[in-house]
Amino acid sequence: MTSTLDDVISETTAADVPRGGSDLEAVDVSAWFGSAKVLDRVSLRMQPATVTALIGPSGCGKSTFLRILNRMHETNPVAGLAGEVLLDGDDIYSPTLRITSVRQRIGMVFQKPNPFPTLSIEDNVTAGLKLIGRRVGRSERADLVEECLRRGGLWNEVKDRLGDLGGALSGGQQQRLCIARSLAVRPDVLLMDEPCSALDPTSTRRIEETIHELRDQVTIVIVTHNMQQAARVSQRCAFFLAEQGTPGVIVEAGDTEQVFGSPVDPRTSDYVNGRFG
Amino acid sequence: MTTLLPEAPPDGDPPVEDRPRVVSPGFTTGDQVFRRGTTVIGVLVLVITGAIGLFLGYQSIPTLQRYGLGFFTENQWQPENDIIGISSTLLGTLQVALLALSMAFPLALGTALFITEYAPGRIRSALVSLIDLMAAIPSIVWGLWGFFLIQPHAKNIARWLTEYAGWVPFFHVDTDPSAALWAQTRFTSSVFIASFPVAMMILPMACAVMRGVFAQAPAGEREAALALGGTQWGAIRTVVIPFGKGGIIGGTMLALGRALGETIAVVLIISPDFDLKVRPLEVGTETVSALIAGRFGEATSAQLSALLTAGFVLFLITLVVNTVAAVFVNRSRSGSATDL
Repeated sequence: MTSTLDDVISETTAADVPRGGSDLEAVDVSAWFGSAKVLDRVSLRMQPATVTALIGPSGCGKSTFLRILNRMHETNPVAGLAGEVLLDGDDIYSPTLRITSVRQRIGMVFQKPNPFPTLSIEDNVTAGLKLIGRRVGRSERADLVEECLRRGGLWNEVKDRLGDLGGALSGGQQQRLCIARSLAVRPDVLLMDEPCSALDPTSTRRIEETIHELRDQVTIVIVTHNMQQAARVSQRCAFFLAEQGTPGVIVEAGDTEQVFGSPVDPRTSDYVNGRFG
Repeated sequence: MTTLLPEAPPDGDPPVEDRPRVVSPGFTTGDQVFRRGTTVIGVLVLVITGAIGLFLGYQSIPTLQRYGLGFFTENQWQPENDIIGISSTLLGTLQVALLALSMAFPLALGTALFITEYAPGRIRSALVSLIDLMAAIPSIVWGLWGFFLIQPHAKNIARWLTEYAGWVPFFHVDTDPSAALWAQTRFTSSVFIASFPVAMMILPMACAVMRGVFAQAPAGEREAALALGGTQWGAIRTVVIPFGKGGIIGGTMLALGRALGETIAVVLIISPDFDLKVRPLEVGTETVSALIAGRFGEATSAQLSALLTAGFVLFLITLVVNTVAAVFVNRSRSGSATDL
């Protein structure tokens, strides 16, 4: 099982053809911080070529859930979890899979733009390759930088100053640089944790366009507090809720149109119509 | 409702001058008292340090007048023959400091990285207090440690180094290291051995500064490195070390400043020797502070002035080293948030 997966990684990274990403499925995922349970048996399927939005009020466990999807959850020493996360059918928490290759296949864009500020724009894009120990030739590198920056929607703004420091860009540009950086290691899934919450409306617009363009190439899961954004960018939607003193659960999940248009659960209806949260 | 900008004054009317008005800071009495108090204390520290420098400088005048530049070029210290100079002493001081630093640096860096990056909670706090404890051990105890515990073993290492690398002048010792009855005393009381206790004394300081900057390495960038598929070492290499570079350099130089002045442990181990040589494995050397400690008791007033001049030179060197360290730390990314 593992060997086939590793083969898949090397094949896919060699090919430039967009494949619509991988199938990601969470099965009965629970999470704890210390003794406090924050997620209770959450199951959700995130399909290829689809943007799945995770919505819900603060503290309902959306971000925790997202971080479980690429094993960033366990960087917190008191974090615990149960359940399975299947990437094309393989449990990413199984001991036969290397944590580094899991994270390489499931990229992440964080809430606060976090480029490496002392590296140039170009080196930021290729930083991931260096981190996973893959060497690229000079011409291949230039092509890769251009391709990733184009896919991240940043190329036109920075093509004449690739040597500038990543930290010198504006917040919105930094976030798109982070997206380009994630794309450079050829992930099959891209997780985005409120990628626009620190950005102005114009930058938000640009990121949303980028998400639209990437949809055919990778599976995208996005956490957002902004209901309009969820409606604009996603095809599927999951509503998380943690009611007073209970861990978070998915109240309702389905096509975005349906969740926003004709929610089944009254709590979903209240939330998407802005009656609480 | 839209607010429009005021129209320009009509012609002929001189425009009203726009200048900053005086705003009183509005401190309360309590604030004022506290402010003055802390200012006085802060200035006092500056005055004390300045006074030390002035005192040493003033005391050095007769010596510098008498010996001039010769004071820096002469290597012998024979006040009874009116031959006084500190070139060999300065060289010895630098050798002990640098060798100690080269031992302490990897230990401090490794310990700081282990504490901030790898050590689980309980071990981390235990290790931190243990290293702080190292800083609290009196230097005479480190000297005894070096003399009784390290020297008997270190001389064997020195002999081994000389035997196999003796063709490099740095490792040379003027004796036959392969002799069956090797001259053990040629390998004792050397710069090399004196460096051990000094290294142990400066390690906590270097480690504390490095630990401080590593702990401030931005969590966001650390996570970015991990989320890209990097190993923990990869995250350290891409984020923590570049971020902490200023602290690494600054902490090391601060330690160097301390190493230059270390006295009692060195006095205990070295045997005084004024030859101008760079042979750290060989018996005999002298450092400025050890010279002062050794000669202070029996000094006449002229000799005392000479010793204070040596102290003044050391004071200036340390001042420069520490200032450069501070500049490095302040210029680095991590600098603004680091105490130094």
